[in-house]
Amino acid sequence: MALYRNGTFVTDAWSFPPDNAPLPAAGAVALTKARFLAERDALRDRTAPVGVVLVAGDTLDGLVDDLPNLALVAIRFPKYSDGRPYSLARLLRDRHGFAGEVRATGDVLRDQVALMLRAGFDALEVTHPGTIAALRQNNIVAVRHHYQPASAEASETRPGPRPWRRVSAALS
Amino acid sequence: MYRYDEFDQTFVQERVAEFRDQVARRLSGELTEDQFKPLRLMNGVYLQLHAYMLRIAIPYGTLSSRQLRLLASIARDHDKGYGHFTTRQNLQFNWIALREVPDILDKLASVEMHAIQTSGNCIRNVTADHFAGAAADEVADPRPYAEILRQWSSLHPEFTFLPRKFKLAVTGAAHDRAAIQTHDIGLQVKRDETGALGFAVFVGGGQGRTPMVAKQIRDFLPEEDLLAYCEAVLRVYNLEGRRDNKYKARIKILVHETGEQAFAQAVEAEFAALKGKTLTLPADEVDRIGAYFASPAFASLPGRSDVLDRAVANDPDFARFASRNLHPHKATGYGIVTVSLKPVGTPPGDATAAQMDAVADIAAHYSFDEIRVSHEQNLVLPHVRLDDVPAVFAALRNAGLATPNAGLVTDIISCPGLDYCALATARSIPIAERLTERFADLDRQHDIGDLKIKISGCINACGHHHVGHIGILGLERRGEEFYQITLGGSGDEICTIGEIVGRGFSSGEIVDAVETVIDTYLGLRTSPQENFLAAYRRVGEAPFREALYAAAG
Ligand code: HEM
Ligand code: SF4
Repeated sequence: MALYRNGTFVTDAWSFPPDNAPLPAAGAVALTKARFLAERDALRDRTAPVGVVLVAGDTLDGLVDDLPNLALVAIRFPKYSDGRPYSLARLLRDRHGFAGEVRATGDVLRDQVALMLRAGFDALEVTHPGTIAALRQNNIVAVRHHYQPASAEASETRPGPRPWRRVSAALS
Repeated sequence: MYRYDEFDQTFVQERVAEFRDQVARRLSGELTEDQFKPLRLMNGVYLQLHAYMLRIAIPYGTLSSRQLRLLASIARDHDKGYGHFTTRQNLQFNWIALREVPDILDKLASVEMHAIQTSGNCIRNVTADHFAGAAADEVADPRPYAEILRQWSSLHPEFTFLPRKFKLAVTGAAHDRAAIQTHDIGLQVKRDETGALGFAVFVGGGQGRTPMVAKQIRDFLPEEDLLAYCEAVLRVYNLEGRRDNKYKARIKILVHETGEQAFAQAVEAEFAALKGKTLTLPADEVDRIGAYFASPAFASLPGRSDVLDRAVANDPDFARFASRNLHPHKATGYGIVTVSLKPVGTPPGDATAAQMDAVADIAAHYSFDEIRVSHEQNLVLPHVRLDDVPAVFAALRNAGLATPNAGLVTDIISCPGLDYCALATARSIPIAERLTERFADLDRQHDIGDLKIKISGCINACGHHHVGHIGILGLERRGEEFYQITLGGSGDEICTIGEIVGRGFSSGEIVDAVETVIDTYLGLRTSPQENFLAAYRRVGEAPFREALYAAAG
C-alpha cells in the first residue's frame, strides 16, 4: 500500500484502529463514522488530529458541524465503478468548504486518478501495483481539458471564452 | 452547426490518446477483459456475438456532409461497407477490430466527432428533435442547449460511474419528436409569460423491463439554471440511486420508490445550493453557442412551388414521396425531407458507404450541407427548397433511398436482436424484414396511414416496443422464439406505454397477427383520417384481442 498526496508518495502518519480496538494514546487517528459519532465528546480532548472514514453509501448527515475539527475524511471505493465517493468528495469541498485531506481508499486505479483529483480528493491510498508504478513514473495518460467546473478550482486555469472550461496541470 | 475550436479539438485528441493507452494495455494483457470492459464501454466499444462494435456519437443527430463522408470511409475501410443508424441518433459499426479503434477515433476527431460516452453508466449522447432549427412548430432551437449539455456532461468527474446509464433528450416544440418522456431527463424548451426562455423538466422516464413515463418535476426552469439543475438531479441520483440490482438502478426506479414529490424536493434542495454559482449560464454565452446554430441564409421564396406542384401532378411515385417524406419548414418555400432507411427487406437503419456518400452529396447541393439522424432510424435533409424536392427525389432514388414510407407501416424501428446482440432472446431484424415484405404494396401502406411498429429482441427494449403503436417484443421459451404484441404505445407528448394484448405468437405467426391487427383497424376506423393510434384510443384493446384470439378459441 502506498499513499500518494499532492503529487508524490509520502509516508502515512494516520492510523485506522478497528471499531473495537482501543485508541492509541497519541498520533492521528481516523475512525468510522459510527464510532466517531459515538465517541465524539471524548475525542474533543485529543490534541492529535482526528479523521473519519466513510464508505460509499454513507452520507454526511450528522457530521457537518464537526468538519472544521476534522483533519481527514477518507472515502472508500468498494469498487471503482461505484461513483458515490465522487459526490461525497464534492459536497465536502464545495458545499462545506472542508479544507482537510480528502483521501480515496479502496479500489483506486490509474484510469480514475484524474477524475478523483477533480472531484476534490487530494490523497489516494493505492494498492494496485500497476497504478503505483504509473504514478511513480508519472505515466498516467489523462484528459486535461475539461468542460465543467468541479472541485479543483484552485489548481485549474480557466481559458476563455466559456466560463465552464477548465484546464488542469499535467499529473506530477 | 457547432464547430470545434482549439479547446474542443484538444479535448477529443486527449481522449483518443487516453483510450489508445487503455487499448494498448488490454492488447498487451496488462488489463483483463473484465478490467477493460468498463473502460471500453466509456468509449462506445461493445463486445457482441461476432465482433467488437463501435458506437459513434452524433450529438443531437446533426451531421455535415464532410462528417457523413468520413463515416462512409470508416464503413469501407474498417467494417463491411455499411453502418447502422440507431434510435439514439448514433451510428454503429458492427464488425470492428479492437486494435483499429484508436485509429478510427483519430479519424473521427479530424472531423470533430468522437465515441465518448456512447455507452457505460454515464451521461449518454444527448438527443434532440431531428427537425430542430427547421420545424415550423418550434419555440426555439433545442440544439444549443443540447450542445451545452453535451459539453457539461463530457467526462464529468462526478458522474462517470452512475448507478446506470443516463439519457437526456431536448425538444424545442410542443409536439414531441424526441420522445423526451421516455428519457432519464427530458427537457422541453418553452417560454414563460414574460417571454423568457426556459424548460419544462421531466425526470424518470425509461423503457427496458420496467417502462415508465417521465414525471414533470418543474414546469419552468429558467435558461440560466439548466446546468445547475441537471447537476442537482444527477447528484441526487448518483448518491441515492440503487446499486444493489442493475435492473432497479435507473433513475426511474428511484423516482418511483422515493415518490415523485419527495424526489422533486430532494432535487430542489440540492439545486438551491448550486444555483447562482459556477454553473449559471450567462446569457451571452448561450447566445455565443446559439450563433453556431443560426439558420442558414434562406432565400425569400414564394410559399408554393410550381416545379413541385407539376412533379406531384405528373409523377405518381413522386406524389407519394412528397405526401409522406416532405414536411413543413419554418422558412417559406422550403421543406424538410425524410430519407428513409427502411426499404423493403433490409435491416432498419442500415446504410451502405455508397448511400452515405450519396446523401452527403445531396445535402451539400440541396440542404445547406446539413443532415440529421432521426431516432426513428432515418436520415433527414432539413433545409430543401421546394423547387429542388423533385431533383432530390431523383438523386435519392438513384441511391435506393427514396422509399416513400416515412411514418407508415414499413417505417419500422427494430433493434439488432439475435443477429448481433449477445443479450437477445429472439431475432428482430428478420421480423422487420418480413413485415416490410408483407406490406410492400405502397397503395396499401398509404391507405393504412400513420403507424409506428417497433420491435425489440429482448426485454431491454432498445427497439422502443413499449411506445410503438404496435410493439413487438421477441422472447424465448424452451428454445423457441415467440413474440408478444403490445398496442397503443406512443412516445410523443401524450406518452403512453403500450398494453399487452394476450399470449405471444410464434415466429411463423407473428406477421399474420400484425396483419390481423391492421385489418381490424381498417375495419373499425371512422374515416381514413382517424389513424391507428386515434382509433385504438377510441375503442381500446377489446376488438383487437377478439380478432387475434377468437379463432384460436
Ligand atoms: C447490440 C448491443 C446492445 C446491447 C448489449 C444493448 C443493451 C441494452 C440494455 C441492457 C438496455 C436496458 C437498460 C436498462 O433498462 O437499464 C438497453 C436499453 C436501450 N438501448 Fe440498447 N443495447 C444494444 C444495442 C442498442 C441499439 C442498436 C440501440 C438503438 C437502435 C439501442 C438503444 C437503446 C435504447 C433506446 C434503450 C432504451 C431504453 C432506456 O434506456 O430506457 N441499444 N440496451
Ligand atoms: S433490445 Fe435486447 S436484443 Fe435488442 S439490442 Fe437491446 S439488448 Fe439486444
